[in-house]
Amino acid sequence: MDLKGKRVIALGERDGIQGDAIGKIATAAGAEVVLQVTHCFV
Amino acid sequence: MVILGTPTAESSELYAVTMTEGDPSWAGALAGTALGLPVFHVTEDEVKNGVNKELYESEVGVAEMVLDLPVIQEAVKKVRERSSTPVA
Repeated sequence: MDLKGKRVIALGERDGIQGDAIGKIATAAGAEVVLQVTHCFV
Repeated sequence: MVILGTPTAESSELYAVTMTEGDPSWAGALAGTALGLPVFHVTEDEVKNGVNKELYESEVGVAEMVLDLPVIQEAVKKVRERSSTPVA
């Protein structure tokens, strides 16, 4: 899928993939990251 | 669209349902609010094939190795096919 121009909500988790990692790859692919968070349930 | 980085099938399904059908626990602000957003896990081919491969490997590669990807991806896909609006 082409992410260029898409608006992305990046919901990461500390024990999985962090929100900033998702945001970084989405931004590099041309997406607009409108929300980026990393949840922690510990 | 929503991209998840959740580590288990259970958490992936919970996030996906919350972003499409509303909070299933009826405890949060999205209780009863069906947003219908298209939800993907970051490791799914739809996302993975659309991003820079080197950057993906450096940011996601290590975490990807320890996650049970087939069950996580199936959990998100099931909710997406049931309740998400298609990606424009």
